[in-house]
Amino acid sequence: MISAPDVVAFTKEEEYEEEPYNEPALPEEYSVPLFPFANQGANPWSKLSGAKFSRDFILISEFSEQVGPQPLLTIPNDTKVFGTFDLNYFSLRIMSVDYQASFVGHPPGSAYPKLNFVEDSKVVLGDSKEGAFAYVHHLTLYDLEARGFVRPFCMAYISADQHKIMQQFQELSAEFSRASECLKTGNRKAFAGELEKKLKDLDYTRTVLHTETEIQKKANDKGFYSSQAIEKANELASVEKSIIEHQDLLKQIRSYPHRKLKGCDLCPGEMEHIQDQASQASTTSNPDESADTDLYTCRPAYTPKLIKAKSTKCFDKKLKTLEELCDTEYFSQTLTQLSHIEHMFRGDLCYLLTSQIDRALLKQQHITNFLFEDFVEVDDRMVEKQESIPSKPSQDRPPSRSLEECPIPKVLISVGSYKSSVESVLIKMEQELGDEEYKEVEVTELSSFDPQENLDYLDMDMKGSISSGESIEVLGTEKSTSVLSKSDSQASLTVPLSPQVVRSKAVSHRTISEDSIEVLSTCPSEALIPDDFKASYPSAINEEESYPDGNEGAIHFQASISPLELGETEEGSRENTPSQIDSCCIGKESDGQLVLPSSPAHTHSDEDGVVSSPPQRHRQKDQGFRVDFSMENASPSSRDDSCEGFSAYELDPSHLLASRDISKTSLDNYSDTTSYVSSVASTSSDRIPSAYPAGLSSDRHKKRAGQNALKFIRQYPFAHPAIYSLLSGRTLVVLGEDEAIVRKLVTALAIFVPSYGCYAKPVKHWASSPLHIMDFQKWKLIGLQRVASPAGAGTLHALSRYSRYTSILDLDNKTLRCPLYRGTLVPRLADHRTQIKRGSTYYLHVQSMLTQLCSKAFLYTFCHHLHLPTHDKETEELLASRQSSFLKLTLGLVNEDVRVVQYLAELLKLHYMQESAGTSHPMLRFDYVPSFLYKI
Amino acid sequence: MLRWLIGGGREPQGLAEKSPLQTIGEEQTQNPYTELLVLKAHHDIVRFLVQLDDYRFASAGDDGVVVVWNAQTGEKLLELNGHTQKITAIITFPSLESCEEKNQLILTASADRTVIVWDSDTGRQVQRISCFQSTVKCLTVLQRLDVWLSGGNDLCVWNRKLDLLCKTSHLSDTGISALVEIPKNCVVAAVGKELIIFRLLAPTEGSLEWDILEIKHLLDHQDNILSLINVNDLSFVTGSHIGELIIWDALDWTMQAYERNFWDPSPQLDTQQEIKLCQKSNDISIHHFTCDEENVFAAVGRGLYVYNLQMKRVIACQKTAHDSNVLHIAKLPNRQLISCSEDGSVRIWELREKQQLAAEPVPTGFFNMWGFGRVNKQASQPVKKQQENATSCSLELIGDLIGHSSSVEMFLYFEDHGLVTCSADHLIILWKNGERESGLRSLRLFQKLEENGDLYLV
Repeated sequence: MISAPDVVAFTKEEEYEEEPYNEPALPEEYSVPLFPFANQGANPWSKLSGAKFSRDFILISEFSEQVGPQPLLTIPNDTKVFGTFDLNYFSLRIMSVDYQASFVGHPPGSAYPKLNFVEDSKVVLGDSKEGAFAYVHHLTLYDLEARGFVRPFCMAYISADQHKIMQQFQELSAEFSRASECLKTGNRKAFAGELEKKLKDLDYTRTVLHTETEIQKKANDKGFYSSQAIEKANELASVEKSIIEHQDLLKQIRSYPHRKLKGCDLCPGEMEHIQDQASQASTTSNPDESADTDLYTCRPAYTPKLIKAKSTKCFDKKLKTLEELCDTEYFSQTLTQLSHIEHMFRGDLCYLLTSQIDRALLKQQHITNFLFEDFVEVDDRMVEKQESIPSKPSQDRPPSRSLEECPIPKVLISVGSYKSSVESVLIKMEQELGDEEYKEVEVTELSSFDPQENLDYLDMDMKGSISSGESIEVLGTEKSTSVLSKSDSQASLTVPLSPQVVRSKAVSHRTISEDSIEVLSTCPSEALIPDDFKASYPSAINEEESYPDGNEGAIHFQASISPLELGETEEGSRENTPSQIDSCCIGKESDGQLVLPSSPAHTHSDEDGVVSSPPQRHRQKDQGFRVDFSMENASPSSRDDSCEGFSAYELDPSHLLASRDISKTSLDNYSDTTSYVSSVASTSSDRIPSAYPAGLSSDRHKKRAGQNALKFIRQYPFAHPAIYSLLSGRTLVVLGEDEAIVRKLVTALAIFVPSYGCYAKPVKHWASSPLHIMDFQKWKLIGLQRVASPAGAGTLHALSRYSRYTSILDLDNKTLRCPLYRGTLVPRLADHRTQIKRGSTYYLHVQSMLTQLCSKAFLYTFCHHLHLPTHDKETEELLASRQSSFLKLTLGLVNEDVRVVQYLAELLKLHYMQESAGTSHPMLRFDYVPSFLYKI
Repeated sequence: MLRWLIGGGREPQGLAEKSPLQTIGEEQTQNPYTELLVLKAHHDIVRFLVQLDDYRFASAGDDGVVVVWNAQTGEKLLELNGHTQKITAIITFPSLESCEEKNQLILTASADRTVIVWDSDTGRQVQRISCFQSTVKCLTVLQRLDVWLSGGNDLCVWNRKLDLLCKTSHLSDTGISALVEIPKNCVVAAVGKELIIFRLLAPTEGSLEWDILEIKHLLDHQDNILSLINVNDLSFVTGSHIGELIIWDALDWTMQAYERNFWDPSPQLDTQQEIKLCQKSNDISIHHFTCDEENVFAAVGRGLYVYNLQMKRVIACQKTAHDSNVLHIAKLPNRQLISCSEDGSVRIWELREKQQLAAEPVPTGFFNMWGFGRVNKQASQPVKKQQENATSCSLELIGDLIGHSSSVEMFLYFEDHGLVTCSADHLIILWKNGERESGLRSLRLFQKLEENGDLYLV
């Protein structure tokens, strides 16, 4: 006997650490190799080991200039999620690893304050004390009232599973970049508005002062100025200076999109704006005039007010909230995106990876997968098509990261990779390689760049970063970013330069950790700690030392990405370097490169709850195919629509319920809405099968459907002909009095119904009016109400009239009327003696069987010689015999199974033709075959 | 059939037993139509279907809308809106070879007393004529003269440019119910019980004016004439409400044959007040004809009759081909006959020759079973005739198409695309040969693959 503790790893790491493993060893033959990292709390079940929070969540923190690092909000906004987890402490942690270069104030040689358009930094950090690991995304927002006009924020995805963070780094990075971009766009808009107001205030103040001075001048024409007059003059001068400064700032913030988005066709709105800017810049050099025709000025009239000469101290006033900083619209949009991220990465890493692999594989069979698969792949195809058209020939960039380049995510949780990763050489190598590349690029590409100046800056800042203490250690850097420190705002129209030359060598050298915090990966490698930070919060760093010396307990892990993959990543970014020097993170790069125009398909509106276009997948697994829905700037509301319409529950099957109790409620809600929607769809019979996912996409639904299907198969001996009816496209009418029972069975049987196309399955859950010929053309599975009253006679009459198109399953009398089935396929699909007990397992079994069936149908459909004569003289009979021999002998189909494959083949043909032809009606195919009545 | 479903098996059996309706069951091996497509665009009864060319047809009905469809794909091509009331007649006006205007025209007449001329390619309303005193109930085109005629309470002649060439005086308040072209520039119009022959005088050297003259009135029918078609160049056939079938000589307008077996006047007159017998008279009204070289096929009440032109007698019949009145029939090239009926079904029949003499006698006097008094005497004669002629035929049901939920008003047969039916349930159904469609789809599939360059032939 194997005792449980031997094979089951510990779930509490503290206990284990106290008493080391000392139980008697098992005999050799029984011993199972223990999970090598069990001593780090990384056993396969240790999802929550040591963590004080129940599941992953997103934290937004701010480094407030008044109170220091503080948590702002969490997603989901539920105290149960983070439990006893110390958000304040963790905010301090994540804010302390901000390597963003946020120069502010007056750089040397510049008269006015400069804004820096800083790249977000992306860092992974671990905190073994808290059992928390986080992907941290830093960003700065502009605030006129803030010190140096910047407010540092960060968004962190906090998980107890470090592998999840590491392996999903790119996905996380891309998703968070999107959220960040949204925030920043809103912020720029708000900032520009604020500047305008300020300018108007200043202008007004100047006028007032000017008048006062004039009055005073007139008052004493003696030729000398009173001290009061001089004071006024000084005040006027300072206001003048302030005006110029603010105008300059406004110009800078407005010039941002032009520099930033140059070459990448983001949303049309923004582009127009850019062009607007460009034309302005060319026509007028007077900054006063340029303030008027701008997009940002389209706001209600503002009454300027007088500005006091002595401005208030910043500590006296309340700082703007995040929502105020960004436009409310953009803020809520960001929140939607963040909760989308939370849904997307919910669940176990294994599950995420498996589903990614699953989807990658599914994508390869894009011709057949519409039949039985869910709808997540719909827009993948669209993206692929988009991809095939060179999106930007002007940049002569090869379409980077095609399907082949983006392989199925490699599951690298092998023991070996862990071992090798401890040495942590991979990232370093990559780093150096990257450096070289960047150097080359700079030498060749950049002309108007004075490296020395930047070097100086960097040098200075490097010192800062070194002095910030040993407590922070950077293990690897993903990409370099640029620090845009322009000395001249005019030059900002040229391509800005990035000082990658001096990417800190220091950070790529890994030393043994002395502390509990390790920065595992940063996106921008410049470890630049703002001076502000160092000056005002030395304690933040000192605090680190007070933590227990976690030399052993420290987390040693690393992105388990193979060198090959890293090389690819590097390649991807290198390709883009010439054109997009200032955006080097992958998320960015692909944003710029594969931007779909906001086509109707993307900006569908689903106000009535039923969407008339296929749902867009919100998440692509491949960086190269990442679709920017271009909503950030164009239409903030459209994203809301799409996100609300399909909350990530159904879009993303990847939530394995990390914590069931919490997700349960929402899931149940979801299931309610689904049934509601489907019932809405079913009440109006005139509608084409609605595009709303039929609700089978979520795991819970799959499980339930599988369970109920299994029950059906066990309960009814005539399940086979019923399922055959569904597979062969003969409408199955489930007749019953009890709506709940009928709906349940219809939902269960829906897993056998082939779809027509990328729409929902042709399933009508509940109908109470007499059926019509249109219904049989549209629906392949119908739940029908049996009415005892004479009114029901019409229903039954219609049913008997159209009996040749239907199979009728009478739940009340337990009878089935349908054609004979003598094939072998369905018995394998639906064996009533199956050993499968769980619904989800059965669902998977069905899916795999159906996939096999689909491949047969595919073969049959696309074999040229089966459908077209090989030479002119060939008769139709010969062709027909070839078809039937192929079906019977090659595909091994028996009797009625042939019909199933033939039906699927017709659907395949229609679907394939439909892809280009546009609207094609589904047609009703039927056979004149006798039906039989089955009874229990 | 679904007795188990209904629960008690209380199916109304009276009708079925009284007149045994031939049923075929679910196994129909000869029925080629295994695919259907429901076309929905109308909001009221669809009454007319007219073929435009090899792949297009137009439908029209009580909602006043004309819709042009692609018979192959079922795609709705055009929707012609213009009439405010139901459409009473529709006809196509083919383009002349000589004419530079190649566009085919569609003429529609409506109860709103207008006729609209449409361009069938663009859907453009070419012209609208609203000078009618009454509803135009029939339209006919005399292609030879390049004119068209509209029949309402009077008869008007129009040219292609829609100029009124000439018109008759007021004919009757009931109006012209049918209009057919016959040789020698003549047309025959059915007005109530009588047939009127008109002659059209085209402009000659003598007179530049068109004129239309009443030539002859034929008063042989005892009741309203419901159907009128040309059999061939030499004869036309008319059918009346009480089952008279008369074949006329198209040249001298004399009666060639008179099938009286459908009709027995005296009981009809005696019992006119009786509702039952009024219904019976409906049962023998001749709604529609179709014909080929040998036979005239008549839809008489609920039955189908085949009248042989040479033998001048009914050679085959189905007394109760449908549950309700047959509204339209058509002969297919392959000896098949299709009928549609008020009962909402379409049936496919095959005319088979019966070799054996001992077969059931062709019940020409089909009033027998209704139990009319004097029928027996009259029926005896044709039975003798039938025994003289050895060959007889039978109509065998080979399939039925069930889809419409209400009366099927008309259908249209496309050689290449199958059958189109229109119905009072506002729907049009396209019935297709599933096997052939499957083959065509494969063909298109591989064409597309080839276009995309995805086709690899080993």
